[in-house]
Amino acid sequence: MPKDFRIWLGGGFILLLLLAAIFAPLISPFDPLEQDLLSATMAPGQDPSHIIGTDSLGRDVLSRLIFACRIALTVAFVAATLACLAGTFLGMLAGYLGGWWDATISRLIDIWMAFPPVLLSILLVAVLGTGIHSVIAAIVVIDWTRFARVVRAETQQQARLEYTEAATALGMSRGTILFREILPNVVPVILVLLSLEMGIAVIVEAILSFVGLSVSTDTPTWGGMIAEGRQIIYQAWWVLVFPLVTLFLTVLAFNQLGDGLRQWLDPMLKR
Amino acid sequence: MAPTLILSRALSAIVTLFGVMVIVFVLVRVVPGDPIAMMIAPGASDADIAALRAHYGLDLPIWQQFLVWLGQVLLGNFGTSISLKQGVLTVILERLPATLELAVFALAMALVWGSFIALVSTAARGTLLEKFIDNFNGVMLAVPDFIWGLTFVLVLGVFVPVLPISGRSDPTIDAGLSSQFYILEGVLRGKLLFVWDVLKHMLLPAFTMSFPLAAVIGRVLKNTMMDVMVQDYIVLARIKGLSSLRILLQEALRNAAVPALALTGVQFTFLIGGTVITERIFSYPGIGNLAIDAVINRDLPLIQGLVLTFGAIFVAVNMAVDALAAWLNPRLRHA
Repeated sequence: MPKDFRIWLGGGFILLLLLAAIFAPLISPFDPLEQDLLSATMAPGQDPSHIIGTDSLGRDVLSRLIFACRIALTVAFVAATLACLAGTFLGMLAGYLGGWWDATISRLIDIWMAFPPVLLSILLVAVLGTGIHSVIAAIVVIDWTRFARVVRAETQQQARLEYTEAATALGMSRGTILFREILPNVVPVILVLLSLEMGIAVIVEAILSFVGLSVSTDTPTWGGMIAEGRQIIYQAWWVLVFPLVTLFLTVLAFNQLGDGLRQWLDPMLKR
Repeated sequence: MAPTLILSRALSAIVTLFGVMVIVFVLVRVVPGDPIAMMIAPGASDADIAALRAHYGLDLPIWQQFLVWLGQVLLGNFGTSISLKQGVLTVILERLPATLELAVFALAMALVWGSFIALVSTAARGTLLEKFIDNFNGVMLAVPDFIWGLTFVLVLGVFVPVLPISGRSDPTIDAGLSSQFYILEGVLRGKLLFVWDVLKHMLLPAFTMSFPLAAVIGRVLKNTMMDVMVQDYIVLARIKGLSSLRILLQEALRNAAVPALALTGVQFTFLIGGTVITERIFSYPGIGNLAIDAVINRDLPLIQGLVLTFGAIFVAVNMAVDALAAWLNPRLRHA
């Protein structure tokens, strides 16, 4: 059992969001899309049924906040996992096979990381069109390098250790050594990166929906709510504040979970 | 700098820019299908389309098309923006000064702010203040600029309304400038009131953009300064009776500056990338905001022009940083 409270705190908050996303229709007090112009821009507490107020179209902020967890977490899990799979695969190939493989993949990573992510994501969304698939694709295409770079270095290190040598001496195939012997030892590093990447994915999705390049505006998203709140900021600050705070806490939770995992899984840091 | 070094750096810049061009060409011209469809105004006749197709050489093989396209781009012919019905180059040149002034302002702020953090924390080493600053630095780094920007809008623009949160200047002030370099021209013409107003509008977006960079600069500068502070020549300076402040500024900061500056250069490109989202948050009329509108409107000629502009800026910044590093560090001059 990990003793680090950051794992429990971060993981607990994410679990809470996950439950909110799954049971959104059950726990939301209102339909997140239901407009009621008679009760538009009501401040928190003004009407007891709208606990944290309503937006400019009279939609319940809390219900929208809960439903928006769905997009945020879907993008976080799917995009981070895909980026992780692609980056890990290429990183392990480069780190274990070395030579020509390593040279090519490393060069690719260098070029990729020199290209500013904002430009790449603009170009990608421009070509692919808006929508959740484009958002996920953009995150995967841009962020696989984060995994590839670290996994490559880690694999290289593991490949030099005695157990790999022993496995080679026993006559195991290179594929078996790579995936059966080395991979389990790289997994801790990957888990830490995965958690951090999910935090990044949540932010990227929020930014893209803030500027109107993510899902269509009928689907509630934190970024979309923030954009609406930004427009009526002088009349109704709460439309912006609550999704912003939720977004902040979510990113913080993924970061804390990642840092906690790093501490817990790394035997070098444990001492 | 040795001539061979300049030559090799210039060559690598050209190669990078060429790479950006290839990527833009592939993504914008090859992937979406018919490139003519995005160049013509809606409702053009078949004859117009055929003329355009011949004009751009679209019956040629793809590598020849690339060369033709490259020629057009090098001549500054980026086509016409679909959504704005103006030449792409005209639109970009009109908005570019706003972004450049903001980015330079933000960079200056990050340098001052980062150095300040490093100096105070080094001076206060071993105390609670050092711990506090280090933790604050960690928070500055961990929270993305998107959240910082919106927090500033909320706190300093709405709850305690001390600073403007939209636009570049007060529209009621007519400064009668002829260029878009508001600060530069305003200062040259002595319109200080107008410059002050523009600066006030730039303060929050620049602060937003400078935060992550300041945190990085502060951390690296502090680490190198801590290393420097135990060196013999610092002890000597102390024995000579120099004041702590003078030692910190003249001896430690000067020697710690080189690695921090090299890092600043790399991070500056990220700061320029950050203009896109920051300009959106603060409704600031620069090319970042323009880029988002271009993507929303699927204005491919404009996107293409903007990406090339950003690419050119990145390459220019990198070259400037290399030159600066070589100038600051004598060992690199003959490398």
